[in-house]
Amino acid sequence: MSTPAPDALTVENIDITYRVRGRDLTTVRDVSFRIGRGESYGLVGESGSGKSTIALAVVRYLARNGRVSQGKIEIDGRDVLAMRGEQLRKLRADTVSMVYQEPGRALNPTIKVGRQVAEVFEIDGVSKEQALERAQGMLEKVRISDPAGVMNRYPHQLSGGMLQRVVIAMALAAEPSLLILDEPTTALDATVEAEVLDLVSALRSEFSTSLLFISHNLAVIAKMCDRVGVLYAGELMETGPAREVFDDPRNPYTVGLLRCIPRRGTAKNRETLDTIPGFPPGPGDAVNGCVFAERCGLVEDRCRSGEVPLYEMNPTRRSRCHFYERAQTLPRIVKAEPEPAANGTAPREVLVSAEDVSKTFHMEGETIHGLVDVSLEVRAGETLGLVGESGSGKTTLARVLLGLTPPDQGAMLAIEGAPLAATADHRTHEQQKTLQIVFQNPDSALNRRHSIRRLLSRALSKLGGYRGDALATRLRSLLSEVRLAERYLPMRPAQLSGGLKQRVAIARAFAGDPKIVVCDEPTSALDVSVQAAILNLLNDLQRREHVSYLFISHDLGVVRYLSDRIAVLYLGRLMETGSADQVFEAPHHPYTEALLSAVPTLENGSGRDRIRLEGEIPSAANPPTGCVFHTRCPRFLGDICVNTEPPLAESEPGHAIRCHIPLEELRHLQAKEVPVGGAGE
Amino acid sequence: MSVTTVPIESAAALSAGRKTVRREMLRELVRSPLFIVGALILLWWIVCAVFGSSIAPQNPDAQNLFAINKAPSSAHIFGTDQLGRDIFSRVLTGSRDLLIVAPLATLLGTILGTAVGLVMGYFRGIVDDVLGRFVEAFLALPVVVTAIIASYGLGRSNLELIIVIGLLFTPLIARTVRAAVLLERELDYVSAAQLRGESSFYIMFVEILPNVLAPITVEFTVRLGYAVFAVATLSFLGLGIQPPSSDWGLEVATNYGQVAAGFWWEVVFDALAIASLVVAVNLISDAVEGVLER
Repeated sequence: MSTPAPDALTVENIDITYRVRGRDLTTVRDVSFRIGRGESYGLVGESGSGKSTIALAVVRYLARNGRVSQGKIEIDGRDVLAMRGEQLRKLRADTVSMVYQEPGRALNPTIKVGRQVAEVFEIDGVSKEQALERAQGMLEKVRISDPAGVMNRYPHQLSGGMLQRVVIAMALAAEPSLLILDEPTTALDATVEAEVLDLVSALRSEFSTSLLFISHNLAVIAKMCDRVGVLYAGELMETGPAREVFDDPRNPYTVGLLRCIPRRGTAKNRETLDTIPGFPPGPGDAVNGCVFAERCGLVEDRCRSGEVPLYEMNPTRRSRCHFYERAQTLPRIVKAEPEPAANGTAPREVLVSAEDVSKTFHMEGETIHGLVDVSLEVRAGETLGLVGESGSGKTTLARVLLGLTPPDQGAMLAIEGAPLAATADHRTHEQQKTLQIVFQNPDSALNRRHSIRRLLSRALSKLGGYRGDALATRLRSLLSEVRLAERYLPMRPAQLSGGLKQRVAIARAFAGDPKIVVCDEPTSALDVSVQAAILNLLNDLQRREHVSYLFISHDLGVVRYLSDRIAVLYLGRLMETGSADQVFEAPHHPYTEALLSAVPTLENGSGRDRIRLEGEIPSAANPPTGCVFHTRCPRFLGDICVNTEPPLAESEPGHAIRCHIPLEELRHLQAKEVPVGGAGE
Repeated sequence: MSVTTVPIESAAALSAGRKTVRREMLRELVRSPLFIVGALILLWWIVCAVFGSSIAPQNPDAQNLFAINKAPSSAHIFGTDQLGRDIFSRVLTGSRDLLIVAPLATLLGTILGTAVGLVMGYFRGIVDDVLGRFVEAFLALPVVVTAIIASYGLGRSNLELIIVIGLLFTPLIARTVRAAVLLERELDYVSAAQLRGESSFYIMFVEILPNVLAPITVEFTVRLGYAVFAVATLSFLGLGIQPPSSDWGLEVATNYGQVAAGFWWEVVFDALAIASLVVAVNLISDAVEGVLER
């Protein structure tokens, strides 16, 4: 009690154990960290590393079969594990708040937003009218547009970004000393994520709240946190100031993880991504020695027995590795130089072309323009990246090409010069083989009742026309192409990890030797180390089979890495197309500029001027006049943007931009501000 | 080499193979007290249906005009009816027709309902609208009243009973299956099958059907309970199982006039038997639902 101000949160040597079918499974082992007043601490790790479990333990929300079996948790110097009933309720009401990944599920759908926020004040004993008043004040603080209007709306009437603001307003309403954010922006678009992160930073200083920030996204953690702890299989592998840990990692796991992420500006023909071999140990597996030993390139005998201590390198940095000094010498699994593309730079012929594709949806009396006059082509052996916020029409365009969603009259689709029917069942067998897809979520894409053997055999017989022995031979070669062991064949999808499932889905897409494969966010459901392996696999397959990809992703780093050319969509319209370099480097469309500056990066002082997109994506049922982007455009000119839609004009060879501002002026505008942003760092 | 592991979130499904999942479900079912009680009662009546005439202490059809309307005693523990037949023996043998008609009718309804539901949920649009109107119209018909009318048109054998009840259950089951199929159809594996050029029949019955078996199983057990009740009701009305069967519903119908004369035992034991069977089936269906729909 004599210490001046106790830490906002102290976690000391905790173990967390779940009891599953009579067995105790320890999922978190010997984790310690502290968060000082006003400090922001990040926990980063892949799925299953125990990040969320720790957060739940801190507020005593563990499932009934889970408990903190060892150690101590203190908030504001008070022992959380000893609290009971009313004390716990008061702790959760006054001292700690939590913000979860899905804002839509954190709010009651049947109660108006205003009432829900006001409730937090009412618990504090404030009168109804006053509570409502203060709720509105809180909504103003989280900079929601039209707070008075939002008060009277129901959660389903708000967008994801607005909902997350409401949840943050509720969390901060009680002025907690500790705010726990569990993947608060994972479900949001990059542009919205940037806004929410800015908001959290601003409010943190305003309320002098301490943060426990949980994310799988290293760049977000780097941006938001003072200090960071890297979790792996329930153990802290490395801790220290966030910048230092990411710039100068001292644990082989951190080193490996960082090598899995495409760095800004890298592309598949310049550099390969490294991967981490193997799989993390499961919660019940007995591990002797280091939990990472099985997958570590620096492993020696002493790693496999006895506990590895969390070595203290200096007062702020710790690493759980005997060899922390040479952690960065971790050998690469994949060699750094990419193999040269087989077809080199030879001009590629057009494989698939789409002209004047529009898609109008009619829903409940509303007309929604999903796609408006989109024309693009994919050439043989290339990757066309498709980017844009959610609702921009990326997936609709892919479905139109595949024949799953028929376009409006007037669209012209062609493959290898031959016209392509609007729906898949009217296309020739040859065309069906040619166009395949890898979906985002393998759990949805693979029939959970069918074995892997059945899934792949059916695709081979139906698309490839294989029978009998030929099928068995081809099945084996297909498996080895996607690097799947044959022992998985009798299993069902649920028995495989996410990465393995996605390999099965890729194998299925390649069963008929396709010429173009649509990849719809194929790695967004995966951890970064698995993502790197899948991206490398897609690359290898492309090199060997000369397949083209239409690659859809919200992760601009990944798109940049994989794509030869990129198309940017906004409200169903193409805003920009060009080579990856043309689109990603200035001069580019102001929308592309905004998208890029919204993405947090791991690189220090990336020097980009931060452009923020204000407000929400307008409704596709009621798009803005003139240039559809004018309502949010950071380079808004004036009346011409409101009244006239600019054409998609080819401003330099292979590079088309839909903007009234001439290319030269964009070059000037976008170049000018880089040093300003850089100086600010 | 390395071991495949699943994330902690699914620790409960730890290395759970498909066989182990099924075995796990079965084990859970067998452990459920609801299921045990229901299954024991059902098993008892099945044994009676198969071996009834050999278990029964007396010939259930043997009349004894010297011992009519006798109250329960050591000679006739459930008493005798107006023809002097031993009621205990008649109750024991009375489950046979019911246990043939009710499950078969439910099975027929489930098969037809599943097919209709798959078609409605898969094709949606106009197919769903048209079939949906028929389903709604059918749903509006009271089962018993319709069955009464149908029995005049079709006749009154067990086969007709099975067909009538099966058809009346079809829309109910179709509605449940349709709802499940609508959810399933949104999943990407259906799109993947379409892109492979699979026929609609293949997609409905090979891709989607295995994934909606759980709600169908639950629906089957629920409907079975209703079927037992419906058959008993129709028999009571004289439109179901026909004499000389010792069917419970029929027995209640022939004897209920006797209650006024004070011969309550001639109705009560048959009624209790019907109730026990309905309760048993409902217990089983609750337990199955609890295990499957989680």
